[in-house]
Amino acid sequence: MNVAEAGGLLIDPMHQFQIVPLFAGAAGEHGGGHGPEIGLFTITNQTLWLGIAVVAIFLLFVLGTARRSVIPGRVQSIGELIYGFIHDMVEDVLGHEGAKFFPWLMVLFTFIVTSNLLGLLPKSFSPTSHIAVTAVLALGVFLTVTLVGLYKKGLGFLGMFWVSSAPLALRPILAVIELISYFVRPLSHSIRLGGNIMAGHAVIKVFAGFASIVGIPTVGIAMKAGVSGVSILAIAGIYGLELLVAVVQAYVFTILTCVYLRDAVGEAHH
Amino acid sequence: MATTEAAAEAGHSAGMPQLNFETWPNQIFWLLVALVIIWFVVAKIAIPRIGGILAERNGTIGKDLAAAEELKAKAKAAEGAYTAALENARVEAAKIIAATKAEIQTVLDKATAEADAQIAAKAAESEKRIAEIRAGAEVAVAEVARDTAGALVQALGGQAEPSVIEAAVSARVKG
Repeated sequence: MNVAEAGGLLIDPMHQFQIVPLFAGAAGEHGGGHGPEIGLFTITNQTLWLGIAVVAIFLLFVLGTARRSVIPGRVQSIGELIYGFIHDMVEDVLGHEGAKFFPWLMVLFTFIVTSNLLGLLPKSFSPTSHIAVTAVLALGVFLTVTLVGLYKKGLGFLGMFWVSSAPLALRPILAVIELISYFVRPLSHSIRLGGNIMAGHAVIKVFAGFASIVGIPTVGIAMKAGVSGVSILAIAGIYGLELLVAVVQAYVFTILTCVYLRDAVGEAHH
Repeated sequence: MATTEAAAEAGHSAGMPQLNFETWPNQIFWLLVALVIIWFVVAKIAIPRIGGILAERNGTIGKDLAAAEELKAKAKAAEGAYTAALENARVEAAKIIAATKAEIQTVLDKATAEADAQIAAKAAESEKRIAEIRAGAEVAVAEVARDTAGALVQALGGQAEPSVIEAAVSARVKG
């Protein structure tokens, strides 16, 4: 039920996630008119918003701190806030070992939080609502944790699956469970972020679809006012919630990355 | 191009553009491009710069605090020196006052003694003069009395014996 045409209402919450080429003329040659084809290098709406995120991060971190003021201005304060936030997180979870992962965690957090927040602008597009994006991030984390863990601890890294504090008889069963949960990590890691962002945007779109009831001539005036009023209030409320979700999901993704990395570099805690 | 159409149609009807795997290579490619650029911006520019700013700020705050501490100590020392100087001055002043008082006292004593001596000398001289005057007066009285007595005796027709008159006058004058 992609397009629900209930009495003239057009509700298509998934349409906003469609990836379309920005320059349809060039792409149209390949698609033959039946939906433009998207090649590897095609500039799409997602490419545009990735670029806007890059520009935003550049403005925040490079222009915002260009004056290197000892007493920071507004933009520099935001940059310092993010720096301090991630730095403390890395120190708390990973300890001194985490220093070399700090730049990567900064990249993760700033990219996710910027994409999430930019996605809340009307008419915008959120790259983090796509599983392809979050899966690449989560798989990157998963591979990093696995490779760093094997490199640092060798076969001892596999010790985290052998729960030495449990009774001997239970350990093989627990090992299987631990192993499954380890390999499920990238899935849950990516779907948690992508799903949250996608769901929020879809819900807003659904309410926006209901609010469009004012355009249907057969509906009574009281019905129009009631439904669209409630819808608009709901959109405002969910928008506030989504602002929170945008920041919290970026935080969750980053701190989970820290926690996973601790398996690789920290002392065993299982 | 039936397959493309079918895939696009499937993407549409499935309702999840996220699961339209045709777009994945494109998405992943541009994501990696964006991540590499962000990595350069964050790791190569932002982190060293912000780290430097924070370190500099901590240094500045530390330095300022140390300077404030030093100035405070200096102020305390200055206050101590001031108090000590004040105390010294007070003691000095007391000393000077005492010395001056003593000096004035000696001068005064000396002057008093001198004045006393002069007064005593003047008094003694005056007494001597008074005694002289008195002695002179007695002699004069006796002479006047003798002369008067001699003249009286002559006027009465007697012959006055100077020695008798003398004896009589001196007896009377003494009486």
